[in-house]
Amino acid sequence: MTKTSLHAVLPWLVLALLAALVLLLPLPVAAAAPRARRFRIEASQFAYSPAVLRVNPGDQVTIELAPQDVVHGLSIDSYPVDLQADPGQVASLTFTADRPGVFKLRCSVTCGNMHPFMTGKLQVGPPTLLWRSLGLALVALAAALLPRFK
Amino acid sequence: MKGVAEFDLAMRSADARRGWRARRFDLAALPWLRPFIESRWPLFVTRSLALAGLVFTILAGLLGPRVGSHNFAIILVWIAWWTALKLVFIPLGGRSWCSVCPLPMPGEWLQQGNLLGGLQKPHGLGLRWPKKLRGAWLQSGAFLLIGLFSAVTLTDGRVTAWVLLALILASVGLSLVFERRAFCRYVCPIGGFTGPYARFAPVEVRVKSSSVCAAHSEKTCYQACPWGQYPLAMRDSAQCGLCMECLRACPSDNIALSLRPFGSDLGAAHQPRGLDEAFLALVMLGSALAFSAVFTGPWGWLKSAAYQVGSLPWLGYSAGFLALNLLLLPGLFAAAAWLHRRLSGSPAQLGKIFAQQAQALYPLGLFTWMAFTVSFAFPKFYLVAEMLADPLGLGWELPGLAALDFGWLQQVGPGLQAAILLAGLAISLRLARQLAQASVTNRSPVLAALPVSLFCVVYTGWVLWMLVG
Repeated sequence: MTKTSLHAVLPWLVLALLAALVLLLPLPVAAAAPRARRFRIEASQFAYSPAVLRVNPGDQVTIELAPQDVVHGLSIDSYPVDLQADPGQVASLTFTADRPGVFKLRCSVTCGNMHPFMTGKLQVGPPTLLWRSLGLALVALAAALLPRFK
Repeated sequence: MKGVAEFDLAMRSADARRGWRARRFDLAALPWLRPFIESRWPLFVTRSLALAGLVFTILAGLLGPRVGSHNFAIILVWIAWWTALKLVFIPLGGRSWCSVCPLPMPGEWLQQGNLLGGLQKPHGLGLRWPKKLRGAWLQSGAFLLIGLFSAVTLTDGRVTAWVLLALILASVGLSLVFERRAFCRYVCPIGGFTGPYARFAPVEVRVKSSSVCAAHSEKTCYQACPWGQYPLAMRDSAQCGLCMECLRACPSDNIALSLRPFGSDLGAAHQPRGLDEAFLALVMLGSALAFSAVFTGPWGWLKSAAYQVGSLPWLGYSAGFLALNLLLLPGLFAAAAWLHRRLSGSPAQLGKIFAQQAQALYPLGLFTWMAFTVSFAFPKFYLVAEMLADPLGLGWELPGLAALDFGWLQQVGPGLQAAILLAGLAISLRLARQLAQASVTNRSPVLAALPVSLFCVVYTGWVLWMLVG
């Protein structure tokens, strides 16, 4: 390989390595010991309160669903969770948060026109996908700004 | 007809693209495909079926269940069709949807006075579209209007039906007053959405040889084009509806329907761009951001505000939506364009730079809409299956449809959204660099590209936070 072509290729190799590190390296976040967590979620058209639940991987999570106006449900993407309750009643369920990531809470009972968009969020551990994606965005920025060799 | 100066410019620009055919594949040259392109029947049959579907959808919207997730019109239009438009029609076919869109058909038939004959003896007043209303300003306004009422339109079958009826009536009225497809070119909000992003798609209609066109004085292609396009002068595919009337009218077989590399229309710094196009690109970015917040975010108060049309919260939502689209994003991008001007040393006016640099926003906008669609529609595909199993809401359970499992879509969704967004960002950053490279003389293109690139990165970060954070 000539000196010029090495100069041309080296920055791209470094960026490729950087992208691989961003994708594969574990995030520098200390793992917390699993514990029991309990959330009472009040549901009303078309909101959960609280709408964002943050837990650590391995936590035993108990959710109490308490509809305030009409019948509501609560399911969580990628978790076997599905609760339904009438107004004035409380439905609860306990599960282990063993899948890290960010998952949508969704109302599983038709509760009005905006029902398909009644969502919340369960965050298990740090939002790894977001941080890695932001890292890759910066790598893409660096790649776009690299000097061009002719 | 285009002026002589524009004709000369087109000639030079066409000749400047020497070797373009080396990177193009002419689909119209395929012997087995050619008859389907030349004949009007395939598009006519497809559009007629789409028109029948549209009539059924409007009736279902008006007469079907009030709850959106149980209404055929809502599921078909806002989940099935909207998903197909953003994930298939636009990225792979540009304005291909426009070639089969049923909305302008009744108006077009009345204007033509026939179903299949093309633009021979147009009926109606045949006025030219007013100069002051040309460009993408009206379409930006129409898209903003839809954004203000989006929560109701997307969830109430009656509202969806009335919007579709209004679009049909508008197209009929405009077809009888103005020439050609004035509605599609200047008013239709869907056209406003598909047109700009058609520049990215890998399909184009262009002339094969500019000299053949120069020797042809009748310009039958221009006379036949319902979109008012002169193929030789087309600088991009934003206003080409892929109807292929030019190919049918050309006596010299000089029109090609080509596959091309993605993004072929973008990145040319020397071509004039309008502020209206730049503004539309920013409205598309702002609307994608607002829709992501309303429809996929966890903020219940925002959903309620967007839904309660006419209430005080809705006025607040409207003010925020308009401020985002008319002030915040244009302001930030104007700042980026100003910095670019300073860093590149370009003598061009700020408005011109603003319009030129906005080209970099098209891939970002298109890919953001695609990522939003994955987030918005994928978790609701089970509704499409339920609708197909019982399209009239009569309690049917057509076998095998309602039981389809779409759970896996929810699992791949976030990763797919992030990948789509990053792909769009990468393409936009490349374009920003390309545009900067072309605009600097003795300055660093890296520094000149930085402001628009940072705008793109910050916007992407914002959307990532909303969709996968």
